[in-house]
Amino acid sequence: MSLRSPLARVRGLGSAKEGVQHWWMQRLTAVALVPLSLWFVAAIVCHAGAGHAQMRAWIAAPTVAIPMLLLIVATFHHAQLGLQVVIEDYVHHEGVKVASLIAVKFLAVVLAAISVFAVLKLAFGG
Amino acid sequence: MAEFALPANSKIGVGKTHKARAPAKRVKTFRIYRWNPDDGANPRIDSYEVDLDGCGPMVLDALIKIKNEIDTTLTFRRSCREGICGSCAMNVDGTNTLACTKPIDDVSGDVKVYPLPHMKVVKDLVPDLTTAYAQLASIEPWLKTRTPAPPDRERLQSPEERKRLDGLWECILCFCCQTSCPSYWWNGERYLGPAVLLQAYRWIADSRDEYTGERLDALEDPFRLYRCHTIMNCTKTCPKGLNPAKAIAEIKKLMVVRR
Repeated sequence: MSLRSPLARVRGLGSAKEGVQHWWMQRLTAVALVPLSLWFVAAIVCHAGAGHAQMRAWIAAPTVAIPMLLLIVATFHHAQLGLQVVIEDYVHHEGVKVASLIAVKFLAVVLAAISVFAVLKLAFGG
Repeated sequence: MAEFALPANSKIGVGKTHKARAPAKRVKTFRIYRWNPDDGANPRIDSYEVDLDGCGPMVLDALIKIKNEIDTTLTFRRSCREGICGSCAMNVDGTNTLACTKPIDDVSGDVKVYPLPHMKVVKDLVPDLTTAYAQLASIEPWLKTRTPAPPDRERLQSPEERKRLDGLWECILCFCCQTSCPSYWWNGERYLGPAVLLQAYRWIADSRDEYTGERLDALEDPFRLYRCHTIMNCTKTCPKGLNPAKAIAEIKKLMVVRR
């Protein structure tokens, strides 16, 4: 039981004075992902059936490797921003919430690093 | 955690059926949510057969007829019966609306009447709006200024400045939108909700108010404002035809503009 006034409960710890950056980055990455994902899907479809050597030669071109890296950064940044919101929406157990948020943030960075490494290795690797 | 099933003490049972009396020709069945805090029983749905020939056209007319002539224990809020007080907000036929402006003929089949969703119930169709009212108070919904009022007249506003309040001032605070929002269901303690954010914007948009920055400061929060995910239930359900989702979008725009 709590005898706090409803207003005290609602005012709570006050405004966090943030959220704009998160909202803006989510929109920005979404806009960036429209051309990037269209290009990615189209390019992969065009290369259906291509061999390893052919793909390597393709990815080594800066006009391919650079958009590919941008796609990876935008995708994982966007994904972790979105998943963070989903977790905050639905997970109300404080411990589980913090653990899931940490897991999502770390996973996004690790997966992005792996993807970036793969592209770089194809582009520069011997 | 978000709740996807009702807790055991909220599971709804089947209640009594009140049959229409003999000569009734145009009979409509009203299936109404009933819960009494005093009897310790689970909520139930009571059915009332109403003779529409002896009843006004709106859902509220039928509720008043039921209370007057069939079952005096039925509890609901109502006052103006013309869509201006917001008291009779409830869930009719699956949509939050004002019982007084919802024609019975708009509903095909039985008329299902429930209290506003996901709020604590005081009794029958009366929801506990304490938190929502506190949230409204928290945004300080009144004109705030540093400049003292002119001694000889009102604070002036140009016709264009006044026009910016159209679509905002008409809100009657029935909380139909507030309680239709899934984000508000899951995080109603921290998310201010569409009705309160529309009110907040009503004062942000007011040319006479001098605390716009402080108002935006108070809203700049991942939960208070940014739990809005543009689901649009608020705009769809508003019985006054207003657009709370647009008001929230305007606040978000101002947050970016002032950076």
